[in-house]
Amino acid sequence: MDPINFVILASILFAIGSAAVLLRRNAIIAFMGVELMLNAANLALVAFSRIHGEIDGQIMAFFVLVVAAAEVVVGLAIIIAVFRARQTISLDEPAELKG
Amino acid sequence: MVNAVMFWIIAALTVIPAFSLLFARKAVHVAMSVVLVMVGLAAAYVTLGAPFLGMVQIVVYTGAVMMLFLFVLMLVGVDQREELKETIKGQRWIGLFTAAGLGAFLVSIVVRTTLPVAPTGVQGEPDVIAIMLFEKYVLVIEVLGFLLITAAVGALVLTHTPRLKPRRTQLEVQRDRVRVGADPVNKPMPGVYARHNALDVPALDPEGRPIEHSVSRVLKIRNQTVEGEQWRAQLEDPSRKEGDR
Repeated sequence: MDPINFVILASILFAIGSAAVLLRRNAIIAFMGVELMLNAANLALVAFSRIHGEIDGQIMAFFVLVVAAAEVVVGLAIIIAVFRARQTISLDEPAELKG
Repeated sequence: MVNAVMFWIIAALTVIPAFSLLFARKAVHVAMSVVLVMVGLAAAYVTLGAPFLGMVQIVVYTGAVMMLFLFVLMLVGVDQREELKETIKGQRWIGLFTAAGLGAFLVSIVVRTTLPVAPTGVQGEPDVIAIMLFEKYVLVIEVLGFLLITAAVGALVLTHTPRLKPRRTQLEVQRDRVRVGADPVNKPMPGVYARHNALDVPALDPEGRPIEHSVSRVLKIRNQTVEGEQWRAQLEDPSRKEGDR
């Protein structure tokens, strides 16, 4: 089976993740959607690494993994800070800047 | 070439739990499904010749990141309701349409491409990855180290709350207690005259009066307490039995 099928799978997962970010109001679930999108990109990188027979794609996926871990730490800290300030993790609640 | 059966197993293991991101009500269920997705992706990496990355995926994602999500869910409360009122009108349909369109767009492009597959795939064993990381990409590794430590400090700063009032010492707590006339020592235990399940019986003070606050407040709210009167009467007149008042 052609490894390009894994790129198709990655596209589907990316679409599901983007739908979660667009549709869900719970900040944590939307954030998990972001994680799913990052992982879909990783899967595409590894699949292309297999297709081209080069190891560089796997290295790039490794870097994405590290950046995603750092992003999760800061993002969850922001969610906790917002929750402490206003007892909600809904993405629609904080609307101070609305005109 | 890749094993076709493996591909379909991985596809089922990733796409089906991923849909819980859209349809599951509780955030905990979503988190556990995403853990499944991550395990499926790790299997995909191993299948594609990246065993090291597959292991790192399991350790970092299912072991660290998703557990961090669960910890945060625990902190903010698992039953945070998601309100269903739409702030932007028709956001649900616009979002669904956009995401489905994006997926269809990406899939249609990828299906049309034909790439020559390398006959011998590389195996991303740890030693191969290590040599690559610390020779060709050593500068990137350094920058990632800076990024990680910045993220750690950032998380510490964001979740830190300054102490607004000075810490109360034990001496101050005790002085306040005496000033408002509370018990300077422990509260008396209930049920000194144990006749049955004695936690619901108030203790008696030296003069024989029941001490009402020795019984747990919870038992009082549930109406599971017993008056101290009958026990005192029984003490004064031993011929009276437990049942009569």
